[in-house]
Amino acid sequence: MSHQRAAGSGIPTRAFWTMLRNEIRLAFRNPRGLIVGLVLPIVLMVVFGSRTKFHTPQARYGGLSLFDVYLPILYVFAVSAISLINLPNPLATYREHGILRRLSTTPLPTTWVLLAQLAINVAVAAVALLLLVLISHFGFGFASPQNAVGFVVTSLLSLAAMCALGFVVAALAPTGSSAYLIGAFVFVVLMFFAGLWLPRIWMPAFLLDISNYTPLGATVQSFTSALGGAFPPGWALLTLAAWAVAGTLAAVRIFRWD
Amino acid sequence: MMLGEGPKGSGPLAVEIEDLSKRYGDTVALDHVSLQVAEGEIFGILGPNGAGKTTAVECLVGLRTPDSGRLRVFGLDPHRDRSELHAQVGVQLQQSAFPDRLKVSEIEEMYRSFYHNPVEQDLIEGLGLGDKRHSYYQALSGGQRQRLSVALALIGRPRLAVLDEMTTGLDPQARHDVWELIRGVRARGTTLVLVTHFMEEAERLCDRVALLDSGRVVAVDSPDGLAGQVAGSRHLRFTPSGAFDDALLTALPDVEKVEHEGPHVIVTGRGDLLNDVVLTLAGVNVRALDLSFGSSTLEDAFLRLTGHHFDEAGKETRP
Repeated sequence: MSHQRAAGSGIPTRAFWTMLRNEIRLAFRNPRGLIVGLVLPIVLMVVFGSRTKFHTPQARYGGLSLFDVYLPILYVFAVSAISLINLPNPLATYREHGILRRLSTTPLPTTWVLLAQLAINVAVAAVALLLLVLISHFGFGFASPQNAVGFVVTSLLSLAAMCALGFVVAALAPTGSSAYLIGAFVFVVLMFFAGLWLPRIWMPAFLLDISNYTPLGATVQSFTSALGGAFPPGWALLTLAAWAVAGTLAAVRIFRWD
Repeated sequence: MMLGEGPKGSGPLAVEIEDLSKRYGDTVALDHVSLQVAEGEIFGILGPNGAGKTTAVECLVGLRTPDSGRLRVFGLDPHRDRSELHAQVGVQLQQSAFPDRLKVSEIEEMYRSFYHNPVEQDLIEGLGLGDKRHSYYQALSGGQRQRLSVALALIGRPRLAVLDEMTTGLDPQARHDVWELIRGVRARGTTLVLVTHFMEEAERLCDRVALLDSGRVVAVDSPDGLAGQVAGSRHLRFTPSGAFDDALLTALPDVEKVEHEGPHVIVTGRGDLLNDVVLTLAGVNVRALDLSFGSSTLEDAFLRLTGHHFDEAGKETRP
């Protein structure tokens, strides 16, 4: 018989790239997710930025302007919309339609399927953050992040933590629409602690304490530091790292193919 | 009666299933199933809906864990050695799907890339999907999706291909195309396990067939061998011109059974059945109208071995 055992069994690495290319095609052919993560924060920034009174420093914001207070929250908005709403959707939809089940009969490892989604969403988030920085700088004369390293470190750790949570949603949700609902719920809760409705400077001490332990609370603190020129505090970065590790472990453990 | 005949020759085994059981709640899907498939064989798993065919192959390819029993595919444990197994086994599931907004060629390229030594042959063309290469998956008809799914199961040049209801929903021409392709794939050395509820498919394609009924293996043999288990048995079907007493016919030495089906009478037996029955009825002035006479098939074998008709079995076992 002319059968040879597949060399070194398992799967060729080119499989990852063909799969990634298809996932990118799908992301562009169904751009709803890109709009939520990219367009919405930019629209919000333009709305905030074009009102001059939002630029006036005010005593009740601790000498900051409303724009100062909300700029880090807009960054966080982009990161969390992409990781909680955009990222889980394809995976849960694949599960719903039996696409994952069929993939699970091929040599393709689970981790590769997750990695492809991670790569796409991290790239989208990087573009979103870059656009927000450029627009705030050139559009509204806001200084670019004073501590660039701190800003990049915060972005990466925050993305790691939030994408890990996005994967937990993707691992659990049986259908695309349930992934959307779960993701949106987690988004609303975490955005509360990020200060979307009640900025952190106004939060009572106990809320601030809780906020510090949530991934988005820690992210807002870190972005605020980096924008102002300081390296983000260690506790905030540690919080993000802890969420990233715990979320990743949980997602890989509970991920189901069908 | 000899049940569970092993594969012919002493070649290496592709599949070993020993004493496999699986239940879902109160429903027994598999009840101590044992099967062996030799390398290079086309092995059919035949049975009505709800017989446990799909559960058996899902256990085989590692999609389900059996409650008890032992499974080996090329010596690999489908659960423990999952990734090694999937490099060598191509699977077509009953309800598999692909992303709606990918083109046929893009899906094909991706599945091709999953394997170290994919086929050079153009399976998409071979299954009559050549002109659909640039269509989105969502634009394909049910039959076209089905054929794509079969093609992708074979694209990695698998040592074993497991195809669950591969021709369901296909028109006769497409069905023959798939059969032709399967024969070619086997000629190149691939072992095939086919799940089907088409008798004709099993008769025309399979080297051996396992008959499953309510989670049990009723018989394993070649299609001819199975039909031979009821060899000599024949059916006579007619509409009597008037009433008669069944006992007249059952008293004949060659008659095994007399059944009524609406206005029709079906007599099963052997030997010189036709003459005996017609002459006996003539003796009481009854003529046999619309007479038809057939010899046993796989379908009869199923009836004989399970005590019910193939088409009825599904209704009985389905909740």
